[in-house]
Amino acid sequence: MKEKLHQIKEKYKGKKMAPAFNAIHTFLYSPNETTHSGSHVRSADDLKRTMNTVIMALVPCLLFGIFNAGYQHYSAINGFPAEFSLFEHFLTWENFWLGAITVLPIVIVSYGVGLAIEFIFAVIKGHEVEEGYLVTGMLVPLIVPVDTPLWMLAVAVAFGVVIGKEVFGGTGMNILNPALTIRAFLFFAYPTWMSGDKVWVHGAKDGITQAGSADAISGETVLGYLAQGNTEFTYSLSDMFYGFIPGSVGETSTLLILLGGLFLIFSKIASWRIMLSAVIGSLAMGLIFNGIVAAEWIPEYSKFYGLMNFEYWQHLLVGGLAFGIVFMATDPVTGSQTNRGKWIYGFLIGFMSVMIRVFNPGYPEGVFLAILLMNVFAPTIDHYVVRGNIKRRMKRLKTATIHPKVTDGVEALKTETV
Amino acid sequence: MALLSKKDANLILDPLADNNPITIQVLGICSALAITAELKASLVMAISVIFVLGVGNVVISLMRNVIPSKIRIIVQLIVVATLVIIVDQVLKAFAYELSKTLSVFVGLIITNCIIMGRFEAFALGNGPWKSFLDGIGNALGYGVILIIVGFFRELFGSGTLFGIPVLGDPIAKTGLYATGYENNGFMIIPPAALIVVGIIIWVQRSRNKALIEEA
Repeated sequence: MKEKLHQIKEKYKGKKMAPAFNAIHTFLYSPNETTHSGSHVRSADDLKRTMNTVIMALVPCLLFGIFNAGYQHYSAINGFPAEFSLFEHFLTWENFWLGAITVLPIVIVSYGVGLAIEFIFAVIKGHEVEEGYLVTGMLVPLIVPVDTPLWMLAVAVAFGVVIGKEVFGGTGMNILNPALTIRAFLFFAYPTWMSGDKVWVHGAKDGITQAGSADAISGETVLGYLAQGNTEFTYSLSDMFYGFIPGSVGETSTLLILLGGLFLIFSKIASWRIMLSAVIGSLAMGLIFNGIVAAEWIPEYSKFYGLMNFEYWQHLLVGGLAFGIVFMATDPVTGSQTNRGKWIYGFLIGFMSVMIRVFNPGYPEGVFLAILLMNVFAPTIDHYVVRGNIKRRMKRLKTATIHPKVTDGVEALKTETV
Repeated sequence: MALLSKKDANLILDPLADNNPITIQVLGICSALAITAELKASLVMAISVIFVLGVGNVVISLMRNVIPSKIRIIVQLIVVATLVIIVDQVLKAFAYELSKTLSVFVGLIITNCIIMGRFEAFALGNGPWKSFLDGIGNALGYGVILIIVGFFRELFGSGTLFGIPVLGDPIAKTGLYATGYENNGFMIIPPAALIVVGIIIWVQRSRNKALIEEA
């Protein structure tokens, strides 16, 4: 089988559809070609391996999202169980089935449209298909509400992949994270489907009513609830940590995101510097807001009071902050490359996410906006980090006593340092 | 073409495509972003600029030998400001609603880089007839892009063209809306115009590779 595929590949080399064939081929097998010039280090983790590792870290979130979609739907109709038991109320076939028929179409559309566009561009440009969409395609279903209409998703994916990535030259050349570009497009194009209290629970938009009453079901995210000026909410801390709350498909369970993040850190795929500094940044901003409330600089009737009063560390448990920090901010293409830059980049993402959350009245979620903004600034941060490094070394050179032979003068050392 | 010599015809036709002020010279972007949410506003803007640039170019060209070069920018400003005020007053008198939609952007035609650019680059060195053709051509090139952008933004953003619903009624859910289609709110906001202009630039340059600038 493997040999046969190699033969087919040779036969159709240079033909128009060759890139499309090669994409499927290399997805299944490693190519039989060797590099032709110079010496190369062979490493086990190529782009595909990296992508697959991230997808593995995302699968638990997806499975949880499927169960949670069902759980939120049935709980909204029948009322939340008084005595919650994981196996009786959450991990049921009923929940799984409902979640599967609502979530899996989103996954299929996301991958179908995205990969189709990647293939079309590869054939037009005549280069190999890049694997960049594998992770994006998995991230997209996890960051949209369950009831997102599929055609909207298809339009947004087409926009995100073409405008967010292909116009810049494809995978590895994009400035903005494609998954977040898709999310931002959806948010600005179809705000009624992306926020409010009717989109987070399956069926709420269609007006399904609660059992034994005429009220339509609804489900508000914790942040949406707080943004309306409320200070008390019904979800317990453990609910928020384990993720039994309404929200986008895969972002609710902080526990599973944490596990996925640890997995990415130990497999050295994602940068722990960005994650850690983003957490510090969000805690810092949260503490500032808590401090403002404690100092009574803001009256209780202010519309910002509810969110400002929200315990600073609990920001990490609700909304997409944890998910964004672990899976989106750490995107190696759009993030900062230098270590010092990663600290600044991550810190500002956390800092601004919480700030936008509190100050954005229309939509109490700022993670995707904060990350997109920092994506734009990442090259600038890197530039100044590199420049700063050069400056410091030049200064060190000036004050250094030079021991080596007189023949290698300052000039030679200078070029070496720079 | 009997009416115009080939050289003269090129003065009008060049700016429409291969030397378009917006997509090639990237001038006049600000107003292209601000007023293209509706097709009607785009059209009125285009006509206003055609008037201002056509007449302005002729006036500057007639005065080109008497304007001291040290104060030429001021003279140009006075000419364009006069013309813009005429346009503004006409709009206020006969199309008040539209003039409110266009608001400050009619006044800002004065600062439209295309106009000063054509005065400087063409009218100061050519006769009135040629300057007139050049002015009309460049303004048309600007207007064409405005109308294309306005067309797509109004169609997808509001589902209307010239204010007339073409995709059905979004509230009563008729026509295309019955299938679940919704207006794209993204197209209403100015950044969408930037992206539409970008796509036009992309399409134009991939059709004519000679237009691609050296990186």
